[in-house]
Amino acid sequence: MKIARYILSRFAKAIVVLLGIVVLNFCLIHAAPGDPAAVMAGEAGAADEIFLQQLREKFGLDQPFHVQLWNYVSGILQFDLGYSYRQEAPVLDLILDRLPATLLLTGSAFFISIGLGILAGAMAAVRVGSWADTAITTLALLFYATPLFWVALMGILLFSVQLGWLPAFGMETVGGGYTGFARWLDIAHHLILPALTLGLFFTAIYTRMARASMLETSGEDFVKTARAKGLTEGKITRRHVMRNAMLPVVTLAGLQAGQIVGGAVLTETVFAWPGIGRLMFDALLQRDYNLLLGVFLISSAMVLLFNLITDLIYLIVDPRIELAK
Amino acid sequence: MMSFWRRVAQNRGAVIGFALLAVVILVALLAPLLYDQSPWRMVQRPFLPPMAVDGFWFGTDTLGRDIGAGLAYGAQVSLLIGLVSTVVALAIGVPLGAIAGYFGGWLDDALMRFTEFFQTIPSFALAIVIVAILEPSISSIVLAIALVSWPPVARLVRGEFLSLRSREYVQAAVLSGLTPPAIIFRQVLPNTISPIIVLASLMVASAILLESALSFLGLGDPNVVSWGYMIGAGRTVLRQAWWICVFPGVAILLTVLSLNLIGEGLNDAFNPRLARKGR
Repeated sequence: MKIARYILSRFAKAIVVLLGIVVLNFCLIHAAPGDPAAVMAGEAGAADEIFLQQLREKFGLDQPFHVQLWNYVSGILQFDLGYSYRQEAPVLDLILDRLPATLLLTGSAFFISIGLGILAGAMAAVRVGSWADTAITTLALLFYATPLFWVALMGILLFSVQLGWLPAFGMETVGGGYTGFARWLDIAHHLILPALTLGLFFTAIYTRMARASMLETSGEDFVKTARAKGLTEGKITRRHVMRNAMLPVVTLAGLQAGQIVGGAVLTETVFAWPGIGRLMFDALLQRDYNLLLGVFLISSAMVLLFNLITDLIYLIVDPRIELAK
Repeated sequence: MMSFWRRVAQNRGAVIGFALLAVVILVALLAPLLYDQSPWRMVQRPFLPPMAVDGFWFGTDTLGRDIGAGLAYGAQVSLLIGLVSTVVALAIGVPLGAIAGYFGGWLDDALMRFTEFFQTIPSFALAIVIVAILEPSISSIVLAIALVSWPPVARLVRGEFLSLRSREYVQAAVLSGLTPPAIIFRQVLPNTISPIIVLASLMVASAILLESALSFLGLGDPNVVSWGYMIGAGRTVLRQAWWICVFPGVAILLTVLSLNLIGEGLNDAFNPRLARKGR
């Protein structure tokens, strides 16, 4: 029962945040210099005065501010994100079409970075001061300072151009005609480079966090008790230190989810990955504000989803948390 | 104070960081002397590889512009935007955090919900939207970066204020009739300055990364050369001319690395006991 209530309260909180983002979105449209109708139409050459007037009437842009806000919010509650006059399709359709690719990419990067980060951080912490520790901390420091899009380009240069191991762009081989399992293998092959580059920056963050957290935990009293009981070092590390040291890493991963979704814009742009990040880049090039704001809204919703998942992981890793409150 | 700088000087990472940053600042300041021509000017044949012609160590780009000049003038832009946007973010985050931590209660609750809200929004996506809607310029980029990077400041300052507000010197200040603004800014804030400095140096680093990503996507100020823009422009010819993308990337990496090293070094020097525990 308590767990259900916990999940429900998290869910309610996410909904409130989402509503806040909808309002923010609305304010952003109005923050644009000039006529909001012109913003919605995009700088389309076709945006003559008659078309703009139609838009104003359709979206009630001649009405008072609060009425407009209400219309906008209720529209979104009915899953109406507006129309992209550049791509000549409803914004929501365009996004839903691209969403699975982004979920695949960001989801892989999310789990790669948490897994690799904890693993590398633990390896470094277990042998503090060894060459392995030095190598891992130096690498983490370097990747933490490297721009994501540049790592992506260098990855292409090395693994696609020089070595020819991995494809440099797209999600599937064009004209490959694969079906079933072969198709999934083909997608996985295309996924490796984008997911790794997107994940590496975050792996660096989690590695540093996991290392610091492991070192701190290994000084705690319960670890001394475990050692006094005669447990092997391996068992102490795995059962006692790791499990507790993971908590701050998972918390951080939840906070960083938004950054991963943002990073997807860069990764998808470099690798021509057909997701919503690439869609956002196209919207940028075409000054298609309706589509841009739609992608922004949906990616915020994705972050909330990742946050919920982190909360659930947290629940599994540490049963004490929050339920007591 | 003396022992503080001695501790910083003993930190190998911090020394490397300060040295690297000094080079970047020097290059930025001397850019007009090193390259008296505008970085936009076409000065040689296009696609000139590095070291192929004397004086063009870094080669030229697709239009025959000197990449070395772009690197030098780009340093100005990166440092300027990194610094100014951090100052603006501090100007938003410090007062909000101070008020939340000092007064507590419902005000604290409301301000922290507000901060959490901003932390949840994917910051890079928000920055893209802000710059795109306001049209790319140095000021819109600074505003966007500041708007997405103040929440950690507010949280940090709030935490410091929470722990300091019950101290005796604060109670004494209250009893002596000082107004809350006077206590906040003259009594408590000076005691929170060291963690703020550490955070600020890390924020300059991430602001530089953010700026480079924005201009990589074509959202840079069209009037100035920036490292991210150079990489974005060279991306399509990566296979033929690797140097157009590689050098600006190394410049970003070294600058950001230097600031991160400095931030960590200062942190260790401010908290000598904590630092030793980790080793």
